[in-house]
Amino acid sequence: MTRIGRWIGSHLVLAGGILVLLYMYIPNMIVAVMSFNDSSGARNLYAFQKFTWNNWLHPCAPEGMCSSLVTSIEIGLLATFFATLIGTFAAFGLVRHKFAGRSLMNLVLFLPMATPEIVMGSSLLALFVAAGLGGHLGFVTILIAHIMFCISFVVITVKSRLAGLDGTLEQAAMDLYATEWQTFWKVTFPLVFPGILSAALLAFSLSFDDFIITNLNSGQTVTFPMFVWGAAQRGVPMQVNVIGTVMFLVALAAVILGEVGARRRRKAIAAR
Amino acid sequence: MIATARKRTGYLLILPAAVWLAIFFVVPFYSLLATSLYDPEGSVLTGYDMTWHFANFWTALSEYGGVMLRSFWYGALATLFCLVLGYLLSYAIAFKAGRWKTVMLVLVVAPFFTSFLIRTLSWKLILADNGWVVNTLQAIHILGPEGRLLATPVAVIAGLTYNFLPFMILPLYTSLEKIDPKLNEAAADLYSNPFTRFWKVTWPLSLPGVVGGTLLTFIPATGDYINASLLGSPNERMVGNVIQSLFTTQGDYAVAGALSVSLMVIIITMVLVYVRRAGTEELL
Repeated sequence: MTRIGRWIGSHLVLAGGILVLLYMYIPNMIVAVMSFNDSSGARNLYAFQKFTWNNWLHPCAPEGMCSSLVTSIEIGLLATFFATLIGTFAAFGLVRHKFAGRSLMNLVLFLPMATPEIVMGSSLLALFVAAGLGGHLGFVTILIAHIMFCISFVVITVKSRLAGLDGTLEQAAMDLYATEWQTFWKVTFPLVFPGILSAALLAFSLSFDDFIITNLNSGQTVTFPMFVWGAAQRGVPMQVNVIGTVMFLVALAAVILGEVGARRRRKAIAAR
Repeated sequence: MIATARKRTGYLLILPAAVWLAIFFVVPFYSLLATSLYDPEGSVLTGYDMTWHFANFWTALSEYGGVMLRSFWYGALATLFCLVLGYLLSYAIAFKAGRWKTVMLVLVVAPFFTSFLIRTLSWKLILADNGWVVNTLQAIHILGPEGRLLATPVAVIAGLTYNFLPFMILPLYTSLEKIDPKLNEAAADLYSNPFTRFWKVTWPLSLPGVVGGTLLTFIPATGDYINASLLGSPNERMVGNVIQSLFTTQGDYAVAGALSVSLMVIIITMVLVYVRRAGTEELL
């Protein structure tokens, strides 16, 4: 009896967990289905009308959508590059070096993650306006904002990778007469690299998806989330769902490839 | 000699991050504070005069205090739902998933690579007046024949819960995963009831994750306005809606600034009290 009870108990939790996971996928399934929706002439844009391949064949048909996508990708790549660079430096500094003001730095890095986006966005806007840049909001101000909020996430990701690093490997390299520089590039960097890569991925997705801070500091520049927002007031073109589905598939593929790569590397190391 | 050199390298390494965050994160708070004390009679075109106009705070809180309260209430409810759902899933991944652990963890994060706005818009379709959710609820008489979900607090809170769930799951999973399964076995010897076992062993050990997750959920959920705009009606307006429209469409920078500063001050106070009471200061 108790054994049956325990079996049910343990599988009930797993079943519950899987249900929660399914709940998280409902919107993605809807987005995928709606990407095949023919909405032409329909009054209600939030219901499936008729099947069509058209949205997938002509993804750039809605005016301004693909140019906003390009803007978002440009900003995303630039913000990722700078935030990953700055953040990785800071993570090394914080983990590998002891200096006064470290805890203050940790606090300043933690705060952006604990500040509501609306507050961060409005204070940046206040700064830009006070600096006389109120009329020059656009690509550059969005980029500045994105680098700002991505840095913290890069630092914590790289920091956790660095903290879990086995220091004896570096000592071994030094014992084998590697210089500090060689040790860094041949031992430390390759070991930290997966952490840097996932930090960059995180930074890109944060930048690409940001709406609240961007909306306040964008001027006339339109990013993809802003295009969706603007379109939502009139009725979203179905091609938006195509983009959403593609983004999901690309991200899934990237994560799966990364996981397969990591497994293969582990196996290769084990086989040695 | 080497020690000073290493110290200097340390400073050099954090310098870019420190400068960037100082200029574009710390200084803006000062600008926001200054903005909140501007003379409300100014405009973006003519410029604002700094007049230490503390009355802006009075205007902001008397006019939008109700909206502010509602935001905290919605944020708290969404956080609670996230905690229940997120705990179930993180627990299942940490202890029941076996070799599927990594796969499930990837599956948790993957849907969130589709744009936040697109996913929120799809809830509009799910909760629509003639959708199957509403029809089912009407059929089993949970909703009246005229009842609806869209443009109600239920839709906004459901949207917030859905959107911020991963912020709850990841910290929860991290702290659950650290728990040694042997402790559960020991607990099984001590307490026969699985619920007692959970309350006395697993729950206290997962507290850092609970505190981290609730903060990471509550703070953005309270400041969010996307869910309230897309899934709610003007009756579900949250403080974020007000701040953004004061800044962008009404151009009332002074009151918007005061409201933004108030939100920040209240959130910081709540976070500090909460972290103290939970006894998890080391998180900060």
